[in-house]
Amino acid sequence: MAMALKLEPEKCTGCLQCEMACSYENEGVFNPAKSRIKVFSFHEEGKFAPYTCTQCEEAWCMHACPVEAIVVDMATGSKNVLEDVCVGCKVCTIACPFGTVNYEPDSGKVIKCDLCGGDPWCAKACPTGAITYVDEADTTYERMRAWAQQAPSAPARFNPPKPKEVQVFER
Amino acid sequence: MRHVIVGAGPAGVVAAEQLRGHDPEAEITLISGEPEPPYSRMAIPYYLIENIDEAGTYLRKQSGYFDEQRIRVLHDQVTGVDSGSHSVALAQGGSLGFDRLLVATGSRPLDLPVPGGDRPEVHHCWTLEDARAIVRGAQPGAKVVLIGAGFIGCIILESLALRRTELTVVEAGNRMVPRMMDETAGGLIRDWCESRGVRVHVDAKVASIDDGRGNHAAAVRLENGQVLDADVVIAAVGVTPNAEFLQGAGLDMDAGILVDRQLKSSVDGIYAAGDVAQGVDFSTGGQSVHAIQPTAADHARVAASNMVGRHQAYHGSVNMNVLDTLGLISSSFGLWMGKDGGDSITVHDPDRYRYLNLQFEDDRMVGASALGLTEHVGVLRGLIQTRVRLGVWKERLRKDPSRLMEAYLGATRPIGYNAHVL
Ligand SMILES: Cc1cc2nc3c(=O)[nH]c(=O)nc-3n(C[C@H](O)[C@H](O)[C@H](O)COP(=O)(O)OP(=O)(O)OC[C@H]3O[C@@H](n4cnc5c(N)ncnc54)[C@H](O)[C@@H]3O)c2cc1C
Ligand code: SF4
Repeated sequence: MAMALKLEPEKCTGCLQCEMACSYENEGVFNPAKSRIKVFSFHEEGKFAPYTCTQCEEAWCMHACPVEAIVVDMATGSKNVLEDVCVGCKVCTIACPFGTVNYEPDSGKVIKCDLCGGDPWCAKACPTGAITYVDEADTTYERMRAWAQQAPSAPARFNPPKPKEVQVFER
Repeated sequence: MRHVIVGAGPAGVVAAEQLRGHDPEAEITLISGEPEPPYSRMAIPYYLIENIDEAGTYLRKQSGYFDEQRIRVLHDQVTGVDSGSHSVALAQGGSLGFDRLLVATGSRPLDLPVPGGDRPEVHHCWTLEDARAIVRGAQPGAKVVLIGAGFIGCIILESLALRRTELTVVEAGNRMVPRMMDETAGGLIRDWCESRGVRVHVDAKVASIDDGRGNHAAAVRLENGQVLDADVVIAAVGVTPNAEFLQGAGLDMDAGILVDRQLKSSVDGIYAAGDVAQGVDFSTGGQSVHAIQPTAADHARVAASNMVGRHQAYHGSVNMNVLDTLGLISSSFGLWMGKDGGDSITVHDPDRYRYLNLQFEDDRMVGASALGLTEHVGVLRGLIQTRVRLGVWKERLRKDPSRLMEAYLGATRPIGYNAHVL
């Protein structure tokens, strides 16, 4: 049975438990900045929306990768980054039109949702049922548009450059 | 059906796999002009910094993969195409017949058009063979002069600096990456590189490469009279398509092989994909060569489908690049320089090396460029490629341009499988 993450923005209260769970389980720290699922807030409308990779069939990220570092997990259908193969070229981050592959300057690699191997922590952590992991056939109704006329939040998602180690020569 | 693919870069390899997927019976021959297994040029910068070995650059890593897929890989140069008899001529002798031909021969770097441009100290950085030579020459402390600070030049820049060479960059244009970033952003990239110890000359033209002074093998003389000592010189001054072997085959050409939305050339049965192809440009509706990896992969998929008779029309390529210059990450998309009659939104924070420029036509985004933006950066492609009307979101972006994801989610329903869950 194919399973998918079902995201129901109207149930989201913006508590960020999903981001905490994701960053802790995958990166070992409670740090929303390292979460693969993000909650976007729409202050004008007082709404929130969790969003992450939809494991889309087109798999733009996977096809753009020059070194075969993104592969399909046969068990879950997720597109996973092989960390030891990724060279950090970032082409997948611009190829994904949903903006769900992010470069992580600390590791020099990219991170994206891998459905936690079939038992996604975000779904387990969500107290309101806004994120559930369900049979794909059951996920057909919600329309992005419905909740999608909204507003604020979010710190600029810029990162200051992180200097790389080079030799500086007297000239 | 006999499919022959000339060129074993990403375009050729993706096409071969797709053809196999569409037609288990087809005879598929992939011809590579280089001795190595099919590899990715894009991975070369990571080979240069010894992050990966040669095998790390291979497009497919599993041994015996191509045999298993029943894709025959030939290492040979194609010297001519006879579109009447549907055959290609091979340098090692003989010819090969085809029902469908895909030209995926990519491009090659231009030589430095100055006296001394062919000296042995001057290298391109295009093939694995070039990369091996650079690894030998560009040892820590070596004086390296990199000529050309376009996209490819700037990618190599990082590798050379990380190899701890003493690096000087010479660019003829008035800024770094002039075809990817505007003057403000190009200027910030330069400031950053200089702050990291790389010397950058812009508006500087090379006059000649001469005998070296002291114990340096060569000297790069600029038109302004300056002379730069060099142990190694790298030329990254542009590319030209590998299409000479098509002379007489009757294919329409411009900056590359002109192809239609099916990736078919002007000659029946012959298709082209990747850097060698001039295909539909999403942003202009015209035809452009977008010499980037994502376009090579997209072209290949659409071409393969049409080669087996499954009609598929290409939506056109969005030009896009992402670049890391010693930790400062830049990216640009589509009509980043704007469109006549359009307007733009800009964030400029030079102290923190932040820059974001969004270009609009009415309330649709048509292009963007950014410095320091690494999270959700792909959504810029989504905003451009869906041609979504932003409505109220345009004003909201004007107030806070960082709310790109909110704008996208708010204004559109994502395309793609599973997107309906939202
Ligand atoms: C150092 C470097 C860094 C790069 N970084 C990036 C990046 O970060 N992002 C990005 O998007 N792009 C990048 N690129 C560009 C990217 O590599 C190309 O867009 C991509 O390789 C194009 O793929 P292709 O299959 O069309 O051509 P190529 O990869 O060039 O492959 C062409 C193939 O054709 C073969 N061939 C040519 N002529 C003949 C002939 N007559 N007979 C037989 N075989 C022939 C060649 O040997 C080769 O196998 C980079 C390129 C370089 C050199
Ligand atoms: S950043 Fe890593 S996963 Fe992404 S395209 Fe480059 S090598 Fe592949």
